[in-house]
Amino acid sequence: MDDLDRNIVNLLQTGFPIIEEPYAEVAMQIGITEMELLDRLSRMLEEKTLTRFGPMYDAQRLGGAFSLVAIQVPEADYANVADVVNSYAEVAHNYRRDHAFNMWYVLATETPEQIGQVNREIEQRTGLKVFNMPKLEEYFIGLQLQV
Amino acid sequence: MNIAVTAQIARNGKSKSVHELFVDETDRKIIQATQCGLPLVSRPYDVIAESIGASGNEVRQRLLDMQKKGIIRRIAAVPNHYMLGYKGNGMTVWNVPDELIAELGPRVGALNFVSHCYHRPRCLPDWPYNLFAMVHAHNREDALLLVDEIANLLGDADCGHDILFSSRILKKTGMRLLT
Amino acid sequence: MKVRLRRPALPEQALLDEQDLSLIDLIQVGLPLTATPYADLGKLLDIDEREVISRLQRLSNDKVIKRLGVVVRHHELGYRANAMTVWNIPNDSVSKLGFCMGQFEFVTLCYQRPRRLPDWPYNLFTMIHGRDRESVLANIQIIIEACDLINIDHDILFSTRRFKQRGAIYRKDNATKTVS
Repeated sequence: MDDLDRNIVNLLQTGFPIIEEPYAEVAMQIGITEMELLDRLSRMLEEKTLTRFGPMYDAQRLGGAFSLVAIQVPEADYANVADVVNSYAEVAHNYRRDHAFNMWYVLATETPEQIGQVNREIEQRTGLKVFNMPKLEEYFIGLQLQV
Repeated sequence: MNIAVTAQIARNGKSKSVHELFVDETDRKIIQATQCGLPLVSRPYDVIAESIGASGNEVRQRLLDMQKKGIIRRIAAVPNHYMLGYKGNGMTVWNVPDELIAELGPRVGALNFVSHCYHRPRCLPDWPYNLFAMVHAHNREDALLLVDEIANLLGDADCGHDILFSSRILKKTGMRLLT
Repeated sequence: MKVRLRRPALPEQALLDEQDLSLIDLIQVGLPLTATPYADLGKLLDIDEREVISRLQRLSNDKVIKRLGVVVRHHELGYRANAMTVWNIPNDSVSKLGFCMGQFEFVTLCYQRPRRLPDWPYNLFTMIHGRDRESVLANIQIIIEACDLINIDHDILFSTRRFKQRGAIYRKDNATKTVS
């Protein structure tokens, strides 16, 4: 990543114009050509320096239900329980964390009722209690990493 | 490396009425066409319009509307923080008295190393924490220093806390909106 | 830091121009020990950093460069632990993902080998370093997250013990599986 890449990333974290030729506009602000901007963006996405570039949608506002769920999984059962949890398409993410509560998964379903249904099924299949922690309030700040 | 913060705090919840958040068929097509990213071409919104059978102006207007309603947070680049050396990413959790969380939650969320901050229900007796804040640092030692900063901010309202680092990613599928 | 390189026996399809030959001659003796070795190579050849990198990638892809590796005294860098980590990567993604992984300073070797099916399905080899065993495992998770490798099967070989991890495996059938 050179300095120009850094400038581009810092600027583009703040937002992107919704106009006819947005890349030309941003390129002009930085002092490069539109072609160079597109080139660098393309490379940074390819190299995974950037994870993505585009509209950031608020999935919750589009409908559907979400929840964060945790389980205290005995070590001997960990791989099996992970397989059970991962087998649900409604489980979008699943992480191991260093804590007694050592499995954390994110549920994304079409209706709130399905959250409960999936959790009950996981409990039945694993014999473990799951701890459902939906968000009650979000204090959302747009974090920007200055690169 | 410095971390800069935007000024906006959005209190999410049940305050928006349903009809304000309505998306119609054309909006859905726009969402599906852009959820993986914006085309890297000179006139990206025209290209999207072409692909869904609408006009460029209509696409731009709808995107602006969705942005106004908060359906689109913003159109932006998302850096890969692991690539940038942020290896100490942890979920900090706090037990904050219920009557204080409305005031303190946003203040924790406003800290420049916190990316997500939520009020979630406790699960007593095993899980007494009701405030969750994701922190980002270059390594775990630095992340622990960030925990101290939050603790200082909370003062007496810190009735217990912990930090949970992820040790393994078990599953990660992109959330497909509106399949 | 020495770059080991085999001078062509050229595969038939490879076309090398003057710049390629000059570049190969330069890197045979070693990469410049600077913060920007590719840019500095470029200065010697009057081309820019990106072109140097893209030429090296092409030479690797065309198998003109069989292996671009470094010999590092990693103990001296404070990396006491390391693990050979092997990955089963779809053929068309190997150079892209290999390049992605190679960007991290705790990855010191990254090269491609043919699979030996059915027992050895891995085609990308990386050496992952860390302060200790735990750091090595953490660094592997970082590469998985950063380069989006969660669905890639891999195996980890610490020098004395074999430590197996499975890539994520999805079962399509929800209903019948029970935990034994």
